[in-house]
Amino acid sequence: MRRIKWLLPALYILFVLLPIYWLLNMSFKTTNEILGSFTLWPDHFTLQNYRTILTDPTWYTGYLNSLAYVLMNTVISVTLALPAAYAFSRYRFMGDKHLFFWLLTNRMAPPAVFALPFFQLYSAIGLFDTHIAVALAHCLFNIPLAVWILEGFMSGVPKELDETAFVDGYPFWRFFIRIFIPTIAAGIGVAAFFCFMFSWVELLLAKTLTAVVAKPIAAVMTRTASTSGYELGLLAAAGALTIVPGAFVIYFVRNYIAKGFALGRV
Amino acid sequence: MNGRTPNQKAWWLVMPVVVLVAFNAVIPLMTVVNYSVQETFGDNQFFFEGVTWFEQILHSSRFHEALQRQLLFTAIILAIELPLGVAIALAMPRRGPWASVCLVLMAMPLLIPWNVVGAMWNILALPDIGLLGHSLNALGIDYNFTRQPLAAWSTLIAMDVWHWTSLVVLLAYAGLSAIPNAFYEAAKIDGASAWAVFRYIQLPKMKRVLMIAVLLRFMDSFMVYTETIVLTGGGPGNATSLLSIDLVKIALGQFDLGPAAAMSLIYFLIILLLSWIFYAVMTRDEAQ
Repeated sequence: MRRIKWLLPALYILFVLLPIYWLLNMSFKTTNEILGSFTLWPDHFTLQNYRTILTDPTWYTGYLNSLAYVLMNTVISVTLALPAAYAFSRYRFMGDKHLFFWLLTNRMAPPAVFALPFFQLYSAIGLFDTHIAVALAHCLFNIPLAVWILEGFMSGVPKELDETAFVDGYPFWRFFIRIFIPTIAAGIGVAAFFCFMFSWVELLLAKTLTAVVAKPIAAVMTRTASTSGYELGLLAAAGALTIVPGAFVIYFVRNYIAKGFALGRV
Repeated sequence: MNGRTPNQKAWWLVMPVVVLVAFNAVIPLMTVVNYSVQETFGDNQFFFEGVTWFEQILHSSRFHEALQRQLLFTAIILAIELPLGVAIALAMPRRGPWASVCLVLMAMPLLIPWNVVGAMWNILALPDIGLLGHSLNALGIDYNFTRQPLAAWSTLIAMDVWHWTSLVVLLAYAGLSAIPNAFYEAAKIDGASAWAVFRYIQLPKMKRVLMIAVLLRFMDSFMVYTETIVLTGGGPGNATSLLSIDLVKIALGQFDLGPAAAMSLIYFLIILLLSWIFYAVMTRDEAQ
């Protein structure tokens, strides 16, 4: 029993890696090879797909656009969520529970419901096709999430810390920035990771709010279907590259990731 | 949230968040409410229609079918992902480098853009060039997810299990690693069986995070759009047209703003109601 215990996680990881392997496999093939024959690994190993993406501006600007709005969103979400999460974890005020639940409802709003009104709203205020529009739109679900995660982490910090600081005569903001924020640094890292992740994977709103200038990589990818038939090799390479930023940030938060997914509540 | 001091000035701390989220949520929501009670013939001419669209949607068999498919989908993926995720979390190493390796590898699907997830599964499942589709057909199983509703459903569910079971694993793992070793030692002295350890130590400790898992998986499976539209496009026919897909078909495909808006509101209210029930149960347990 104990000896076969590792089998289930191992099989599951195999299952997780299988589609990723197939994507990588295709990204190193030419489109002709993909369509012409069925091979478990590339017969004619080629880096041409990656070369095309990394040298053609219509491709790589897609990545830069995505990264731009994702980073903006992460900064805005975490910065605004910090004081709000502090208020929810430390103070009781009129309507606090209702407000908290109202924030959460926005995490539940299906993007499909908001796509058209968002397009009209951001067109009306002249932000259509800008990075900041997507960054602000993604705040709809990222701010509630960041507040939720940070509140969980903050509630784990004993209140005596705040009280001692206030008795010592610290003004609120100095205490908050100099003492409190460093104390929950791990929580901030995790919240930032989650904002990054959910902004990075979302496509519907990002696609609706952009046309040319701020077009995200995910929208650029749909182009391969329309212009030159199915460029499957290119599509696979572009898809494989979208995994890179995620894999990169996950490495930094690997020690906190489980706690983070539990929204700081363990 | 226990032992908090009453302080009405705390509103100033939440104000920036409230303003930004309200801008993003209230204005679009009011736009939707506005459309849902009007008829338009283009040219920005609108006529008040009252609750006509709501009645139409609530009585339309199309909406009922999409809702049934949605509930079935959500029920199936919850029934698979929760037990599977908990079982994997129980079996995986709790500490050390192998635990990190497992966590990082398992978290991979969560960080892949949703349209890429759909595209990946599409090229994996295609009967001619996909590993899965090709292998199944080579084994003599007639499988073509673009033509057979059952195959389309199985592929869709396999994709969701692939995509999101890791979330349940991570949550359950977080709950398990919070259990002090002394608990296990005490159980060992008492000679408790593996089942008893699970039932009386591990499961109660995981309860809180599992509630979060149910809430998140429920909400997200109800909104699933991008992966499904890329994988099956809602087909064959309407077989895999879940609520989101059906809604976008009406709103952007046929440009029926009124019915689409009414459907949006009904759809949102269903999620809201069910999530509120989950949330109420969660916070009630917390208060105890």
